[in-house]
Amino acid sequence: MSSALLAVELAYWQQTVIRALVGLVAVLLPAGTLVYLFLFKMMSFMQSRLGPMEAGPYGSMQLLAEVGKFLQKEDLVPRAADRIVFKLAPFVVLISTFLLVLVIPAGPDLWFIDIDTGIFLALAVSSISVIGVLMAGWASASKYSLIGGLRAAGQLVAYELPLVLAVMGVVIQAGTLNMQGIVMAQATGEIFGWGGIGNPFIITQFVGFAIFIVAVQAELTQPPFDMPVAESEIVTGYLTEYSGLRFLLFFIGEFATAGIFAALAATLFLGGWYVPGLDPTSNLFNVIGPAVLMGKMILVAFLIFWFRFTYPRFREDQLQQLAWKVLIPLALANIVVTGVLKVVL
Amino acid sequence: MSDYLRQWFTLVVFGGLAVLLVAAFLGLGSLLRPSRATAQKGISYESGVDPQGGMWSQSNIRYYVFALMFVLFDVEAVFIFPWATRLEVYGVFGLVEMAIFIFILALGLFYAWRKGLLRWI
Repeated sequence: MSSALLAVELAYWQQTVIRALVGLVAVLLPAGTLVYLFLFKMMSFMQSRLGPMEAGPYGSMQLLAEVGKFLQKEDLVPRAADRIVFKLAPFVVLISTFLLVLVIPAGPDLWFIDIDTGIFLALAVSSISVIGVLMAGWASASKYSLIGGLRAAGQLVAYELPLVLAVMGVVIQAGTLNMQGIVMAQATGEIFGWGGIGNPFIITQFVGFAIFIVAVQAELTQPPFDMPVAESEIVTGYLTEYSGLRFLLFFIGEFATAGIFAALAATLFLGGWYVPGLDPTSNLFNVIGPAVLMGKMILVAFLIFWFRFTYPRFREDQLQQLAWKVLIPLALANIVVTGVLKVVL
Repeated sequence: MSDYLRQWFTLVVFGGLAVLLVAAFLGLGSLLRPSRATAQKGISYESGVDPQGGMWSQSNIRYYVFALMFVLFDVEAVFIFPWATRLEVYGVFGLVEMAIFIFILALGLFYAWRKGLLRWI
Protein backbone atom coordinates (compact mmCIF):
# COMPACT_ATOMS: atom_id res chain seq x y z
CA MET A 1 0.00 0.00 0.00
CA SER A 2 1.43 3.32 -1.03
CA SER A 3 1.46 5.62 1.94
CA ALA A 4 3.51 8.26 0.11
CA LEU A 5 0.88 10.62 -1.22
CA LEU A 6 2.69 13.47 -2.94
CA ALA A 7 5.74 12.65 -0.82
CA VAL A 8 3.90 13.17 2.46
CA GLU A 9 3.91 10.24 4.87
CA LEU A 10 0.50 9.71 6.42
CA ALA A 11 -0.76 7.24 8.97
CA TYR A 12 -3.49 4.85 7.90
CA TRP A 13 -6.26 6.62 9.77
CA GLN A 14 -5.23 9.96 8.25
CA GLN A 15 -5.31 8.42 4.79
CA THR A 16 -8.72 6.98 5.47
CA VAL A 17 -10.12 10.30 6.62
CA ILE A 18 -8.73 12.02 3.52
CA ARG A 19 -10.10 9.25 1.32
CA ALA A 20 -13.54 9.60 2.90
CA LEU A 21 -13.59 13.38 2.35
CA VAL A 22 -12.31 13.06 -1.22
CA GLY A 23 -14.86 10.29 -1.76
CA LEU A 24 -17.70 12.63 -0.76
CA VAL A 25 -16.44 15.19 -3.25
CA ALA A 26 -15.94 12.50 -5.89
CA VAL A 27 -19.57 11.47 -5.59
CA LEU A 28 -21.26 14.86 -5.20
CA LEU A 29 -19.14 17.02 -7.52
CA PRO A 30 -19.71 14.99 -10.73
CA ALA A 31 -23.41 14.69 -9.85
CA GLY A 32 -23.75 18.46 -9.47
CA THR A 33 -21.68 19.15 -12.56
CA LEU A 34 -23.71 16.78 -14.70
CA VAL A 35 -27.04 18.13 -13.51
CA TYR A 36 -26.09 21.76 -14.09
CA LEU A 37 -24.04 21.33 -17.25
CA PHE A 38 -26.18 18.80 -19.06
CA LEU A 39 -29.64 18.50 -17.50
CA PHE A 40 -30.10 22.23 -17.00
CA LYS A 41 -28.03 23.89 -19.69
CA MET A 42 -27.31 21.47 -22.53
CA MET A 43 -30.89 20.19 -22.67
CA SER A 44 -32.16 23.78 -22.69
CA PHE A 45 -29.86 24.78 -25.52
CA MET A 46 -30.85 21.71 -27.52
CA GLN A 47 -34.48 22.75 -27.08
CA SER A 48 -33.79 26.40 -28.02
CA ARG A 49 -34.28 27.87 -24.57
CA LEU A 50 -31.93 29.32 -21.96
CA GLY A 51 -32.59 27.15 -18.93
CA PRO A 52 -32.09 28.53 -15.42
CA MET A 53 -30.72 32.09 -15.59
CA GLU A 54 -31.86 33.82 -12.39
CA ALA A 55 -29.94 32.13 -9.57
CA GLY A 56 -26.34 33.32 -9.81
CA PRO A 57 -24.44 34.01 -13.05
CA TYR A 58 -26.01 31.86 -15.79
CA GLY A 59 -28.07 30.09 -13.16
CA SER A 60 -25.02 28.41 -11.63
CA MET A 61 -26.50 28.60 -8.13
CA GLN A 62 -29.70 26.89 -9.27
CA LEU A 63 -28.56 23.59 -7.72
CA LEU A 64 -28.26 25.13 -4.25
CA ALA A 65 -31.69 26.68 -4.69
CA GLU A 66 -33.09 23.25 -5.61
CA VAL A 67 -31.53 21.58 -2.57
CA GLY A 68 -32.89 24.40 -0.39
CA LYS A 69 -36.32 23.83 -1.84
CA PHE A 70 -36.21 20.07 -1.24
CA LEU A 71 -35.04 20.59 2.34
CA GLN A 72 -38.27 22.42 3.13
CA LYS A 73 -40.61 19.77 1.73
CA GLU A 74 -42.77 17.75 4.09
CA ASP A 75 -41.69 14.14 4.58
CA LEU A 76 -44.61 11.96 3.53
CA VAL A 77 -44.88 8.18 3.83
CA PRO A 78 -48.06 6.64 2.40
CA ARG A 79 -50.24 4.95 5.00
CA ALA A 80 -50.29 1.65 3.13
CA ALA A 81 -46.51 1.58 2.69
CA ASP A 82 -44.07 -0.76 4.41
CA ARG A 83 -42.46 2.01 6.43
CA ILE A 84 -39.13 0.39 7.25
CA VAL A 85 -38.34 -0.85 3.77
CA PHE A 86 -39.64 2.41 2.30
CA LYS A 87 -37.14 4.38 4.38
CA LEU A 88 -34.25 1.94 3.84
CA ALA A 89 -34.41 2.06 0.04
CA PRO A 90 -32.53 5.39 -0.48
CA PHE A 91 -29.75 4.13 1.80
CA VAL A 92 -29.26 1.02 -0.34
CA VAL A 93 -29.14 3.03 -3.58
CA LEU A 94 -26.62 5.52 -2.16
CA ILE A 95 -24.45 2.72 -0.72
CA SER A 96 -24.23 1.23 -4.19
CA THR A 97 -23.12 4.61 -5.56
CA PHE A 98 -20.47 5.15 -2.88
CA LEU A 99 -19.00 1.68 -3.27
CA LEU A 100 -18.84 2.19 -7.03
CA VAL A 101 -16.65 5.28 -6.78
CA LEU A 102 -14.06 3.31 -4.77
CA VAL A 103 -12.36 1.56 -7.66
CA ILE A 104 -11.67 4.56 -9.89
CA PRO A 105 -8.04 5.72 -9.74
CA ALA A 106 -7.22 9.39 -10.38
CA GLY A 107 -3.42 9.12 -10.53
CA PRO A 108 -0.55 6.66 -9.96
CA ASP A 109 -0.83 7.12 -6.19
CA LEU A 110 -4.33 8.55 -6.01
CA TRP A 111 -6.74 5.74 -5.38
CA PHE A 112 -9.35 4.80 -2.82
CA ILE A 113 -8.79 1.08 -3.09
CA ASP A 114 -6.18 -0.74 -5.16
CA ILE A 115 -7.18 -4.39 -5.24
CA ASP A 116 -6.58 -7.06 -7.86
CA THR A 117 -10.29 -7.51 -8.49
CA GLY A 118 -10.99 -3.80 -9.10
CA ILE A 119 -13.36 -3.75 -12.06
CA PHE A 120 -15.02 -6.95 -10.85
CA LEU A 121 -15.85 -5.23 -7.56
CA ALA A 122 -17.32 -2.27 -9.46
CA LEU A 123 -19.57 -4.51 -11.55
CA ALA A 124 -20.64 -6.41 -8.44
CA VAL A 125 -21.56 -3.38 -6.32
CA SER A 126 -23.29 -1.63 -9.21
CA SER A 127 -26.02 -4.28 -9.06
CA ILE A 128 -26.78 -3.53 -5.40
CA SER A 129 -28.87 -0.60 -6.63
CA VAL A 130 -31.30 -3.10 -8.20
CA ILE A 131 -32.19 -4.23 -4.68
CA GLY A 132 -32.76 -0.62 -3.60
CA VAL A 133 -35.00 0.04 -6.57
CA LEU A 134 -37.02 -3.14 -5.96
CA MET A 135 -37.35 -2.20 -2.28
CA ALA A 136 -38.60 1.26 -3.21
CA GLY A 137 -41.07 -0.12 -5.74
CA TRP A 138 -42.46 -2.82 -3.48
CA ALA A 139 -42.57 -0.89 -0.21
CA SER A 140 -44.42 2.09 -1.68
CA ALA A 141 -47.61 0.01 -1.92
CA SER A 142 -48.74 1.79 -5.02
CA LYS A 143 -49.59 0.15 -8.33
CA TYR A 144 -47.44 2.55 -10.29
CA SER A 145 -44.50 1.98 -7.97
CA LEU A 146 -44.77 -1.79 -8.14
CA ILE A 147 -44.92 -1.85 -11.94
CA GLY A 148 -42.10 0.69 -12.12
CA GLY A 149 -39.96 -1.25 -9.67
CA LEU A 150 -40.42 -4.51 -11.56
CA ARG A 151 -39.72 -2.85 -14.89
CA ALA A 152 -36.59 -1.26 -13.45
CA ALA A 153 -35.39 -4.57 -12.01
CA GLY A 154 -36.09 -6.40 -15.26
CA GLN A 155 -34.21 -3.76 -17.22
CA LEU A 156 -31.27 -3.47 -14.83
CA VAL A 157 -30.63 -7.21 -14.77
CA ALA A 158 -31.03 -7.49 -18.56
CA TYR A 159 -28.43 -4.78 -19.20
CA GLU A 160 -26.12 -5.94 -16.43
CA LEU A 161 -25.06 -8.81 -18.71
CA PRO A 162 -23.93 -6.75 -21.75
CA LEU A 163 -22.19 -4.42 -19.29
CA VAL A 164 -20.21 -7.27 -17.72
CA LEU A 165 -19.47 -8.96 -21.04
CA ALA A 166 -18.36 -5.70 -22.70
CA VAL A 167 -15.78 -5.16 -19.97
CA MET A 168 -14.41 -8.66 -20.65
CA GLY A 169 -12.76 -7.49 -23.89
CA VAL A 170 -10.84 -4.86 -21.95
CA VAL A 171 -9.82 -7.41 -19.32
CA ILE A 172 -8.52 -9.77 -22.03
CA GLN A 173 -6.45 -7.00 -23.61
CA ALA A 174 -5.10 -5.66 -20.34
CA GLY A 175 -4.66 -9.10 -18.74
CA THR A 176 -5.70 -7.77 -15.35
CA LEU A 177 -8.79 -6.76 -13.37
CA ASN A 178 -6.87 -4.11 -11.43
CA MET A 179 -7.93 -0.60 -12.50
CA GLN A 180 -4.40 0.81 -12.24
CA GLY A 181 -3.22 -2.15 -14.29
CA ILE A 182 -5.81 -1.38 -16.96
CA VAL A 183 -4.72 2.27 -17.10
CA MET A 184 -1.06 1.20 -17.31
CA ALA A 185 -1.87 -1.32 -20.04
CA GLN A 186 -3.39 1.49 -22.05
CA ALA A 187 -0.52 3.85 -21.34
CA THR A 188 2.20 1.39 -22.35
CA GLY A 189 0.24 -0.58 -24.96
CA GLU A 190 0.66 -0.65 -28.69
CA ILE A 191 -1.90 -0.67 -31.48
CA PHE A 192 -0.66 -3.39 -33.85
CA GLY A 193 2.94 -2.54 -33.10
CA TRP A 194 2.56 1.25 -33.02
CA GLY A 195 2.85 2.77 -29.55
CA GLY A 196 2.62 6.50 -30.35
CA ILE A 197 -0.40 7.20 -28.16
CA GLY A 198 -0.34 4.02 -26.13
CA ASN A 199 -3.45 1.92 -26.67
CA PRO A 200 -6.65 3.60 -25.49
CA PHE A 201 -9.02 0.64 -25.64
CA ILE A 202 -11.72 2.71 -27.33
CA ILE A 203 -9.81 2.11 -30.59
CA THR A 204 -9.20 -1.62 -30.31
CA GLN A 205 -12.34 -2.29 -28.27
CA PHE A 206 -14.77 0.01 -30.02
CA VAL A 207 -17.56 -2.59 -30.07
CA GLY A 208 -17.07 -3.11 -26.35
CA PHE A 209 -17.20 0.64 -25.77
CA ALA A 210 -20.44 0.99 -27.75
CA ILE A 211 -22.08 -1.89 -25.85
CA PHE A 212 -20.83 -0.47 -22.54
CA ILE A 213 -22.29 2.98 -23.22
CA VAL A 214 -25.67 1.59 -24.30
CA ALA A 215 -25.77 -0.68 -21.24
CA VAL A 216 -24.81 2.22 -18.94
CA GLN A 217 -27.61 4.27 -20.43
CA ALA A 218 -30.04 1.48 -19.59
CA GLU A 219 -28.56 0.96 -16.11
CA LEU A 220 -29.22 4.63 -15.36
CA THR A 221 -32.84 4.25 -16.56
CA GLN A 222 -32.34 7.31 -18.71
CA PRO A 223 -34.14 7.94 -21.98
CA PRO A 224 -34.31 6.15 -24.39
CA PHE A 225 -34.34 3.39 -21.75
CA ASP A 226 -36.61 5.12 -19.24
CA MET A 227 -39.52 2.69 -19.36
CA PRO A 228 -39.32 2.16 -15.53
CA VAL A 229 -40.04 5.85 -14.94
CA ALA A 230 -42.18 6.50 -18.02
CA GLU A 231 -44.22 9.49 -16.85
CA SER A 232 -46.98 9.09 -19.43
CA GLU A 233 -47.85 5.58 -18.19
CA ILE A 234 -46.76 5.09 -14.58
CA VAL A 235 -46.10 8.63 -13.30
CA THR A 236 -42.49 8.22 -12.06
CA GLY A 237 -42.44 4.46 -11.53
CA TYR A 238 -40.78 3.37 -8.30
CA LEU A 239 -40.33 7.01 -7.24
CA THR A 240 -44.04 7.86 -7.37
CA GLU A 241 -44.59 7.82 -3.62
CA TYR A 242 -41.28 9.44 -2.73
CA SER A 243 -41.40 13.16 -2.09
CA GLY A 244 -39.09 15.86 -0.84
CA LEU A 245 -35.68 14.83 0.45
CA ARG A 246 -36.09 11.11 -0.15
CA PHE A 247 -36.80 11.81 -3.80
CA LEU A 248 -33.77 14.11 -3.92
CA LEU A 249 -31.58 11.34 -2.53
CA PHE A 250 -32.66 8.98 -5.33
CA PHE A 251 -32.02 11.81 -7.77
CA ILE A 252 -28.52 12.43 -6.38
CA GLY A 253 -27.88 8.69 -6.52
CA GLU A 254 -28.90 8.52 -10.16
CA PHE A 255 -26.73 11.39 -11.32
CA ALA A 256 -23.77 10.47 -9.14
CA THR A 257 -23.96 6.99 -10.64
CA ALA A 258 -24.11 8.54 -14.11
CA GLY A 259 -20.91 10.46 -13.35
CA ILE A 260 -19.18 7.44 -11.87
CA PHE A 261 -20.14 5.17 -14.77
CA ALA A 262 -18.82 7.84 -17.14
CA ALA A 263 -15.56 7.92 -15.17
CA LEU A 264 -15.48 4.12 -15.27
CA ALA A 265 -15.91 4.17 -19.06
CA ALA A 266 -13.20 6.85 -19.28
CA THR A 267 -10.85 4.67 -17.24
CA LEU A 268 -11.60 1.47 -19.11
CA PHE A 269 -11.66 2.83 -22.65
CA LEU A 270 -10.08 6.30 -22.77
CA GLY A 271 -6.96 5.74 -20.67
CA GLY A 272 -8.19 7.14 -17.35
CA TRP A 273 -5.84 9.68 -15.80
CA TYR A 274 -3.18 9.14 -18.48
CA VAL A 275 -2.27 11.65 -21.20
CA PRO A 276 -0.38 10.22 -24.22
CA GLY A 277 3.22 11.28 -24.61
CA LEU A 278 4.13 11.50 -20.92
CA ASP A 279 5.75 9.01 -18.57
CA PRO A 280 2.88 7.20 -16.82
CA THR A 281 4.89 6.68 -13.63
CA SER A 282 5.81 10.35 -13.22
CA ASN A 283 4.60 12.22 -10.17
CA LEU A 284 3.04 14.80 -12.48
CA PHE A 285 -0.03 12.60 -12.86
CA ASN A 286 -0.70 12.81 -9.14
CA VAL A 287 -1.30 16.50 -9.76
CA ILE A 288 -3.06 16.64 -13.13
CA GLY A 289 -4.59 13.15 -13.00
CA PRO A 290 -7.89 14.14 -11.35
CA ALA A 291 -8.41 16.99 -13.83
CA VAL A 292 -7.62 14.72 -16.79
CA LEU A 293 -10.02 12.08 -15.49
CA MET A 294 -12.72 14.70 -14.92
CA GLY A 295 -12.27 15.99 -18.47
CA LYS A 296 -12.61 12.52 -19.96
CA MET A 297 -15.57 11.83 -17.70
CA ILE A 298 -17.34 14.98 -18.95
CA LEU A 299 -16.66 13.81 -22.51
CA VAL A 300 -18.28 10.39 -21.94
CA ALA A 301 -21.12 11.96 -19.94
CA PHE A 302 -21.74 14.35 -22.83
CA LEU A 303 -22.22 11.33 -25.08
CA ILE A 304 -24.61 9.68 -22.61
CA PHE A 305 -26.71 12.82 -22.19
CA TRP A 306 -26.67 13.53 -25.90
CA PHE A 307 -28.42 10.18 -26.41
CA ARG A 308 -30.73 11.00 -23.54
CA PHE A 309 -32.01 14.22 -25.07
CA THR A 310 -32.18 12.91 -28.63
CA TYR A 311 -33.94 9.55 -28.76
CA PRO A 312 -37.57 8.71 -27.98
CA ARG A 313 -38.41 6.01 -25.45
CA PHE A 314 -38.08 2.30 -26.21
CA ARG A 315 -41.11 0.09 -25.64
CA GLU A 316 -40.74 -2.56 -22.92
CA ASP A 317 -40.51 -5.49 -25.37
CA GLN A 318 -38.10 -3.65 -27.69
CA LEU A 319 -35.96 -2.82 -24.70
CA GLN A 320 -35.66 -6.42 -23.52
CA GLN A 321 -35.11 -7.70 -27.05
CA LEU A 322 -32.27 -5.24 -27.64
CA ALA A 323 -30.48 -6.54 -24.56
CA TRP A 324 -31.02 -10.26 -25.07
CA LYS A 325 -31.06 -10.61 -28.86
CA VAL A 326 -28.55 -7.96 -29.95
CA LEU A 327 -26.21 -6.80 -27.19
CA ILE A 328 -25.50 -10.14 -25.45
CA PRO A 329 -24.70 -12.13 -28.63
CA LEU A 330 -22.64 -9.17 -29.88
CA ALA A 331 -20.73 -9.00 -26.60
CA LEU A 332 -20.06 -12.77 -26.66
CA ALA A 333 -18.76 -12.48 -30.24
CA ASN A 334 -16.60 -9.56 -29.13
CA ILE A 335 -15.03 -11.71 -26.41
CA VAL A 336 -14.21 -14.52 -28.86
CA VAL A 337 -12.75 -12.17 -31.49
CA THR A 338 -10.70 -10.31 -28.89
CA GLY A 339 -9.41 -13.60 -27.48
CA VAL A 340 -8.41 -14.90 -30.92
CA LEU A 341 -6.65 -11.64 -31.80
CA LYS A 342 -4.86 -11.60 -28.46
CA VAL A 343 -3.49 -15.13 -28.94
CA VAL A 344 -2.70 -14.80 -32.65
CA LEU A 345 -1.03 -11.39 -32.54
CA MET B 1 -4.31 -4.85 10.17
CA SER B 2 -2.60 -6.07 7.04
CA ASP B 3 -2.55 -3.89 3.93
CA TYR B 4 -5.03 -6.25 2.31
CA LEU B 5 -7.57 -5.93 5.10
CA ARG B 6 -7.01 -2.17 5.28
CA GLN B 7 -8.14 -1.85 1.67
CA TRP B 8 -11.34 -3.70 2.41
CA PHE B 9 -11.84 -1.60 5.52
CA THR B 10 -11.86 1.45 3.22
CA LEU B 11 -14.82 -0.20 1.49
CA VAL B 12 -16.64 -0.48 4.80
CA VAL B 13 -15.84 3.18 5.52
CA PHE B 14 -17.36 4.23 2.19
CA GLY B 15 -20.49 2.22 2.88
CA GLY B 16 -20.76 4.03 6.22
CA LEU B 17 -20.18 7.33 4.44
CA ALA B 18 -23.23 6.74 2.25
CA VAL B 19 -25.38 5.98 5.29
CA LEU B 20 -24.01 9.07 7.01
CA LEU B 21 -24.76 11.31 4.02
CA VAL B 22 -28.36 10.13 3.76
CA ALA B 23 -28.83 10.45 7.53
CA ALA B 24 -27.30 13.95 7.53
CA PHE B 25 -29.57 15.08 4.70
CA LEU B 26 -32.69 13.71 6.35
CA GLY B 27 -31.62 15.05 9.75
CA LEU B 28 -31.07 18.54 8.35
CA GLY B 29 -34.39 18.33 6.56
CA SER B 30 -36.25 17.34 9.71
CA LEU B 31 -35.10 20.61 11.32
CA LEU B 32 -36.39 22.73 8.46
CA ARG B 33 -39.46 21.03 7.05
CA PRO B 34 -43.03 21.43 8.23
CA SER B 35 -44.95 18.42 9.52
CA ARG B 36 -48.71 18.72 9.14
CA ALA B 37 -49.82 15.19 8.42
CA THR B 38 -53.44 14.74 7.42
CA ALA B 39 -55.29 11.56 6.48
CA GLN B 40 -55.53 12.81 2.91
CA LYS B 41 -51.77 13.00 2.51
CA GLY B 42 -51.32 9.33 3.46
CA ILE B 43 -53.37 8.00 0.56
CA SER B 44 -51.42 6.21 -2.18
CA TYR B 45 -51.21 8.19 -5.40
CA GLU B 46 -53.43 6.89 -8.15
CA SER B 47 -53.74 9.82 -10.54
CA GLY B 48 -56.02 11.77 -8.24
CA VAL B 49 -58.85 9.26 -7.77
CA ASP B 50 -59.30 7.08 -4.67
CA PRO B 51 -57.09 3.97 -4.90
CA GLN B 52 -58.93 0.83 -5.91
CA GLY B 53 -58.40 -2.69 -4.52
CA GLY B 54 -55.20 -3.99 -2.95
CA MET B 55 -51.99 -2.07 -3.40
CA TRP B 56 -49.82 -5.11 -4.11
CA SER B 57 -51.36 -6.25 -7.36
CA GLN B 58 -50.37 -9.22 -9.48
CA SER B 59 -47.89 -8.60 -12.23
CA ASN B 60 -46.38 -10.18 -15.30
CA ILE B 61 -44.62 -13.55 -14.88
CA ARG B 62 -42.12 -12.47 -17.58
CA TYR B 63 -40.06 -10.53 -15.03
CA TYR B 64 -39.49 -13.76 -13.10
CA VAL B 65 -38.40 -15.67 -16.19
CA PHE B 66 -35.98 -12.93 -17.21
CA ALA B 67 -34.58 -12.75 -13.69
CA LEU B 68 -33.95 -16.53 -13.78
CA MET B 69 -32.18 -16.21 -17.12
CA PHE B 70 -30.10 -13.39 -15.70
CA VAL B 71 -28.93 -15.52 -12.79
CA LEU B 72 -27.86 -18.29 -15.19
CA PHE B 73 -25.94 -16.01 -17.52
CA ASP B 74 -24.40 -13.87 -14.81
CA VAL B 75 -22.91 -16.91 -13.11
CA GLU B 76 -21.47 -17.98 -16.47
CA ALA B 77 -20.01 -14.49 -16.96
CA VAL B 78 -18.21 -14.76 -13.63
CA PHE B 79 -16.39 -17.86 -14.93
CA ILE B 80 -15.01 -15.94 -17.92
CA PHE B 81 -13.21 -13.33 -15.77
CA PRO B 82 -10.36 -15.49 -14.42
CA TRP B 83 -9.80 -16.91 -17.89
CA ALA B 84 -9.65 -13.41 -19.41
CA THR B 85 -6.85 -12.31 -17.07
CA ARG B 86 -4.68 -15.38 -17.82
CA LEU B 87 -5.24 -15.75 -21.57
CA GLU B 88 -1.64 -14.87 -22.40
CA VAL B 89 -0.43 -17.86 -20.38
CA TYR B 90 -2.98 -20.38 -21.65
CA GLY B 91 -2.60 -19.46 -25.34
CA VAL B 92 -4.38 -21.60 -27.91
CA PHE B 93 -5.42 -24.17 -25.28
CA GLY B 94 -7.30 -21.55 -23.28
CA LEU B 95 -8.82 -20.10 -26.41
CA VAL B 96 -10.28 -23.43 -27.55
CA GLU B 97 -11.56 -24.19 -24.06
CA MET B 98 -13.31 -20.82 -23.81
CA ALA B 99 -14.65 -21.08 -27.37
CA ILE B 100 -16.38 -24.32 -26.32
CA PHE B 101 -17.68 -22.67 -23.14
CA ILE B 102 -19.05 -19.63 -24.97
CA PHE B 103 -20.49 -21.88 -27.68
CA ILE B 104 -22.50 -23.79 -25.05
CA LEU B 105 -23.52 -20.46 -23.48
CA ALA B 106 -24.68 -19.13 -26.85
CA LEU B 107 -26.47 -22.42 -27.45
CA GLY B 108 -28.38 -21.90 -24.20
CA LEU B 109 -29.34 -18.39 -25.26
CA PHE B 110 -30.40 -19.67 -28.66
CA TYR B 111 -32.50 -22.41 -27.02
CA ALA B 112 -34.28 -19.84 -24.84
CA TRP B 113 -34.76 -17.72 -27.92
CA ARG B 114 -36.32 -20.59 -29.91
CA LYS B 115 -38.52 -21.53 -26.97
CA GLY B 116 -39.92 -17.99 -27.06
CA LEU B 117 -38.59 -17.01 -23.63
CA LEU B 118 -37.03 -13.84 -24.99
CA ARG B 119 -40.34 -12.70 -26.46
CA TRP B 120 -42.21 -10.18 -24.32
CA ILE B 121 -45.93 -11.20 -24.09
